[in-house]
Amino acid sequence: MDSLVAATPTPESRLWRRGKWAIPLSVVPLLILLAYGFRTDPRAIPSPLVGRPAAPFSLVLFDGGRLSLDELKGKVVVLNFWASWCYPACYEEAPVLEGGWRAYKDKGVVVVGVDIQDTEEAARKFMKQFSISFPNGPDPGGKISVDYGVYGVPETFFIDRTGRIRKKHVGAVTETLFTGEVERLLKEGS
Amino acid sequence: MSRAASLALMLLLPLLAWAAPPPGSVNEDTVHQIAAQLRCVVCQNLSVADSPSEMANQMRGIIRERLQAGDTPEQVVAYFVDKYGEWVLLSPRPRGFNLLVWVLPFAATAAGLVAVLLLARRWSRRAASQPVREAIDPATRERIRREMAELEP
Repeated sequence: MDSLVAATPTPESRLWRRGKWAIPLSVVPLLILLAYGFRTDPRAIPSPLVGRPAAPFSLVLFDGGRLSLDELKGKVVVLNFWASWCYPACYEEAPVLEGGWRAYKDKGVVVVGVDIQDTEEAARKFMKQFSISFPNGPDPGGKISVDYGVYGVPETFFIDRTGRIRKKHVGAVTETLFTGEVERLLKEGS
Repeated sequence: MSRAASLALMLLLPLLAWAAPPPGSVNEDTVHQIAAQLRCVVCQNLSVADSPSEMANQMRGIIRERLQAGDTPEQVVAYFVDKYGEWVLLSPRPRGFNLLVWVLPFAATAAGLVAVLLLARRWSRRAASQPVREAIDPATRERIRREMAELEP
């Protein structure tokens, strides 16, 4: 019967033969979509906050006292969200942040730590381990975290002298990144 | 007060309480409804309503707090979208490029139905238009006729 059809092609069979290509071809856009989708990092979420004024906050510090963002106007602020259970990233960046704070605190830079979803005891132990001396406080209700669109730790925000968020970094801060960003924002003048 | 009046009052009071909730109280159903629309930001594919994580718990607290402060549910959702982007919504808003997600499945289903309908019609037409083919060729038919005749006494 096959030979019969081949000998006298009906309009339907011609259509079918041309249509056969459509089936494998229809898979191509799907493959392209998958290739694109699997290449993107589902955890890399662009923050809508970059370029916008940083949300005001008032942090109750571990060593007593309060710190509000308003007081830091005119300074470059490095706002770091961390937790003692965030291993290894928070442990990697802690010496970098402390070193950066010591190097730049007299040059108009303030490093502020916000400890999220943590216990006070564990947080204090962490700060002692790394001799953290920059202002740090907990965020008990998660309000500061949500105001900054935080979805994990560590996340670090670089805020310029005018109080605008200029960069958000997800993951451990390296010395190169810290120095680069801080120098860039300091150069912008006051 | 007559018994009927006091009975009526007894029946009406809870109704009044239901109609006008005390200021500052928040309907937990509303909290749940809002939480169900939001992605738990530390989870994978879980809503703030479903996640047992500390972060989701705090987010539910913030929803409750904002409702208590007098925000409408829409304003609460808008607050989270403002901070996290539309990514925080579990179902993308039917707008712009997102519209594809909403329209494409229906369009594909409709296109598939039309294709099946057209094909079915073509097949049935072809079956009807083709002459019923002879099951056996004339020579065989003749042979059968002959052999049958031979068998008959």
